[in-house]
Amino acid sequence: MHYDVPGDDFTRAGEASGAVKGKLKQLGFPADVIRRVAIAMYEGEINMVIHAGGGTADVEVDPDCVRITLTDQGPGIPDLDLAMQEGWSTATETVRNLGFGAGMGLPNIKKYSDTLDIDTAPGEGTTMRMAVFVNQ
Amino acid sequence: MTIADVKSILNAELRCGNSLDAEVHNACGSDMMSDVLAFVKDQSVLLSGLVNTQVVRTAEMMDMVCIVFVRGKEPTPEMIALAEERGMVLMTTPLRMFTACGLLYQNGLSGGDA
Repeated sequence: MHYDVPGDDFTRAGEASGAVKGKLKQLGFPADVIRRVAIAMYEGEINMVIHAGGGTADVEVDPDCVRITLTDQGPGIPDLDLAMQEGWSTATETVRNLGFGAGMGLPNIKKYSDTLDIDTAPGEGTTMRMAVFVNQ
Repeated sequence: MTIADVKSILNAELRCGNSLDAEVHNACGSDMMSDVLAFVKDQSVLLSGLVNTQVVRTAEMMDMVCIVFVRGKEPTPEMIALAEERGMVLMTTPLRMFTACGLLYQNGLSGGDA
């Protein structure tokens, strides 16, 4: 499944995650797996909209695993270790007023996914690969 | 309690949804969706003073069935359309967040696990 995540419309952030959630329900995945996928992907989607001007989401579904790849051409993450800390955020006041930017996005993605791999460099965008296994 | 009980306790007005007889056991109150995504577990009712589509999206990802907007906040037509699509109940209460949460807690809704 491939989705474009538009970066210019905050109201549409989460459309891809919502669609994936619906597909996984149709396919009969367990509720806890669906919720973990939905939250991790939604946080990633929000990050792409807030920080990177949008991007793409690719989702592969196997009976025992859901793999999500989020790719953007944004500014990249200068200090990934810092960004992984709870509470650290570079979000603007505007974003905070919309209910996000508490510095919980990346830690939350890590919490809800079973594997997480982030390729990023300043000026070169970010690719985030996450997987949620069914029997864990 | 049921969603109809929540509506009655909070003197709330329904904005969309018809599953008022659904049972709910836990609730959380927050204007910060980041925190809802990070800390909430198995709560079925969200109370919020924040009004944008991401409140509905957040509730959707968390499998919540009902959102109560406090302080008389009104959901937008886009939010109502999205909630209707997802079978979610939206309502608005004139009460402030603290009072609304307190009344629900007093009447048996819990905050869930810490």
